[in-house]
Amino acid sequence: MNAQTKFPSLTHLEQLEAESIHIMREVVAETEKPVMLYSVGKDSAVMLHLARKAFYPAPPPFPLLHVDTTWKFKAMYELRDRVARESGMELIVYQNPEAKERGINPFDHGSLHTDMWKTEGLKQALDKYGFDAAFGGARRDEEKSRAKERIFSFRSASHRWDPKNQRPELWNLYNARKAPGESIRVFPLSNWTELDIWQYIYAEEIPIVPLYLAAPRPTVERNGMLLMVDDDRFPLLPGETPVERSIRFRTLGCYPLTGAVESEASTLAEVIQEMLVATTSERQGRAIDHDGSGSMERKKQEGYF
Amino acid sequence: MATVLREVPRADEARAELDAYLALNQKKSLLRFLTCGSVDDGKSTLIGRLLYDSKMLFEDQLAALEAESKKIGTTGGGLDFALLVDGLGAEREQGITIDVAYRFFATDKRKFIVADTPGHEQYTRNMVTGASTADLAVILIDATKGVITQTRRHSFLVNLLGIPRVVLAVNKMDLVGFSQERFEQIEADYRRFADELGMGVVTAIPLSALQGDNVTSRSDAMDWYDGPSLLDHLETVPGREQSRDGGFTLPVQWVNRPNRDFRGYTGTVAAGRIAAGDPVLILPSGRRTEVQRIVKFGGYQDEAFRGQSITLTFTDEVDCSRGNVIVSPDTVTQIGNRLSATLVWMSDEPLADHRSYWLKLATQTASTTVSRIDAVIDVNTLAEDEGSRLELNGIGRCVLDVDRDLVGAPYAQNPTLGGFILIDKLSNATVAAGLISEIHRSDPKDISDPGQHIAWIQGPAAGQGAEALRQRLGALGRPVFVLTEDVLDQGLTSDLANDPEHASERVRRAREAALLLARAGVEVLVTVPASAEEAVPGRVLDAGDLIQESDGEWMI
Ligand SMILES: Nc1nc2c(ncn2[C@@H]2O[C@H](COP(=O)(O)OP(=O)(O)O)[C@@H](O)[C@H]2O)c(=O)[nH]1
Repeated sequence: MNAQTKFPSLTHLEQLEAESIHIMREVVAETEKPVMLYSVGKDSAVMLHLARKAFYPAPPPFPLLHVDTTWKFKAMYELRDRVARESGMELIVYQNPEAKERGINPFDHGSLHTDMWKTEGLKQALDKYGFDAAFGGARRDEEKSRAKERIFSFRSASHRWDPKNQRPELWNLYNARKAPGESIRVFPLSNWTELDIWQYIYAEEIPIVPLYLAAPRPTVERNGMLLMVDDDRFPLLPGETPVERSIRFRTLGCYPLTGAVESEASTLAEVIQEMLVATTSERQGRAIDHDGSGSMERKKQEGYF
Repeated sequence: MATVLREVPRADEARAELDAYLALNQKKSLLRFLTCGSVDDGKSTLIGRLLYDSKMLFEDQLAALEAESKKIGTTGGGLDFALLVDGLGAEREQGITIDVAYRFFATDKRKFIVADTPGHEQYTRNMVTGASTADLAVILIDATKGVITQTRRHSFLVNLLGIPRVVLAVNKMDLVGFSQERFEQIEADYRRFADELGMGVVTAIPLSALQGDNVTSRSDAMDWYDGPSLLDHLETVPGREQSRDGGFTLPVQWVNRPNRDFRGYTGTVAAGRIAAGDPVLILPSGRRTEVQRIVKFGGYQDEAFRGQSITLTFTDEVDCSRGNVIVSPDTVTQIGNRLSATLVWMSDEPLADHRSYWLKLATQTASTTVSRIDAVIDVNTLAEDEGSRLELNGIGRCVLDVDRDLVGAPYAQNPTLGGFILIDKLSNATVAAGLISEIHRSDPKDISDPGQHIAWIQGPAAGQGAEALRQRLGALGRPVFVLTEDVLDQGLTSDLANDPEHASERVRRAREAALLLARAGVEVLVTVPASAEEAVPGRVLDAGDLIQESDGEWMI
């Protein structure tokens, strides 16, 4: 280090942490009724941890919102309830009543499942409670098209993303002004990469769903994806029998839509090591990204994250 | 397709090695850099290669790259790295505003965030946005073309945004036969121009983004070049935060008051360092207090540095809220309601006369109008001309009047207290970026109560008391003048004998001089002895109290 340096410079994780905390405090200072979208995945886990740091010793001054599809892994529901208890935050679980009534599910309804439970569910929940700012855990490194995303993303009163009307973001100055009815999605993890997330979870000992670590689990292979048979709602096709394999997940969503990887990495350190030598990107496991390129962009315009 | 990851060695030895490796990886530093170049200089190819060579690509992405390179690549079937970052063409066609795309890669030593500013129509706006957070700029030059108008424009903007370090990446060296002479000529051309601008440190590197020469490793084709490869340089160059310093500055973001017993002031440290027990001033009030604790998750930390997001508590209950700035007594700031600043206009709607905008500076928001455009700068010729309009991508030197006092600093000194945005009050759009060159008070004629700015320092240690107060006001960025008998005797009172008979006339002249200075916006500290009836207008202060520094609130 050079001799003029008066104090140590921050590591990359410390700088990312400081930036995310800064963003969260700005939102709390400048909006009326913020909420944190909590999907129980690793990014949500990091986001929640950062929020607890940002507002310590108080609990974060906003609730957690889980837009539920009823099809998440059992282990996710367990962690969700535990974490809400420990953080002292209110947990709002929202399930789209229409999707529930019609029995929308990933096996029979394809992309309608995501549209109704997640996209519609999110809009309904935000409207119902009148939230004007929602933290989301999306990162710019997830996909080529996300590289240009703003940290503060503005939505019209009908939750549409107007790509022609986004604001330049200079320094760490965020313009959170909006008209009545409009809302903001805020992405405090924009500048984190998947590896940063894992390293931070490791360094800060953040609780995560055990499914991220390898263990023997009942699986079937379908359409090139390894799916876990998480409960008896999983309709087996003729000739299919669940096989026990040592698997883990790199991303978690609805269990019938989330592909596992075969792995022996049963500790965080091993997961990070595998990550460092990994040869596929994390989004490979997500069914949602496979239906046609450019579909992410479309989903976002419709209000899906 | 189901993915099988590589086998992980599980021996104890391997595990120890893994732990060491992870520990090292946690401790990387971070460098944010901006790439600037004109269309076809090879910017996308260069960024794509950095991503590729630092192994940030996964097999599925590589397979897609190979397929796309064959289909639409410009490199005759070889890997076209530009395709890796070229995800923006479609958006541009749809008219989506893209100002900056951010890319990420890392080596064992550093994580990098690359701000890539596509498009040329919006170049100024995009570049300024990308440059605002950059520690370093890579300015690309096509070796076959040399320094061109765009190079000057990019350099001007990089300099305007105060990026302290520049890499001059002379690309396409393969097309000029890797000629040393050509490289040196371009470097010399550029340095001449950079010196005129007064740019920071410039490092010139000859490279070929297409073939990989001097990108991540030294090239065999240019053995005459003995500097580092681009990546080596990026890995070792000091970041902005290591190279800038200054007194402690913390713009208050939010006050954390969960209950009666706790009141914490949160924010991101913009400059300097702070420790528990340190004295601080709260601006603009100037109230003095002391840091009791620096609170962190589950405990306390002894000290905090620039860049950290922290929570402070004070030893006593003071008035402090969002928008205030907590500083060390030695931090130099300026307080006032009139800003001289460079504005970069970012909206399709031009700057309107007498329209009022929101101004956001650090955590302060105030209402402002642009009262004067002194000059408009042509980014191509760098000429400054008179002008009365500022349109999209226009840059002007302006004067802004604000509806209240702001705490700030020249941008070059403290970017956090010197960089602001303007927000349209109707559309809520961010319409301009501003860089402060100076903050002052509005015209002296506006000072309706000059007595507010006059203090009569009395007591045997008047000179010492005045000096103590002068330092404190100076730290707040106020112009201060100490009016002593010595100063008066140099002219104003040189015709008066120094005896009791002429004492009241001496005071009268001191008062008139003080009033003139106060009307000009100067804080005047009068040390001429005067009775309570004589010491008007203004306030009488006891020098002894000032020396004890017990009270920082006076006149602020
Ligand atoms: N010969 C040669 N061609 C290059 C080099 N770098 C880029 N190119 C080519 O120049 C063209 C423009 O490159 P691109 O990266 O798309 O430029 P951008 O518009 O600045 O992003 C492409 O055909 C590249 O293959 C280089 O170092 N040498």
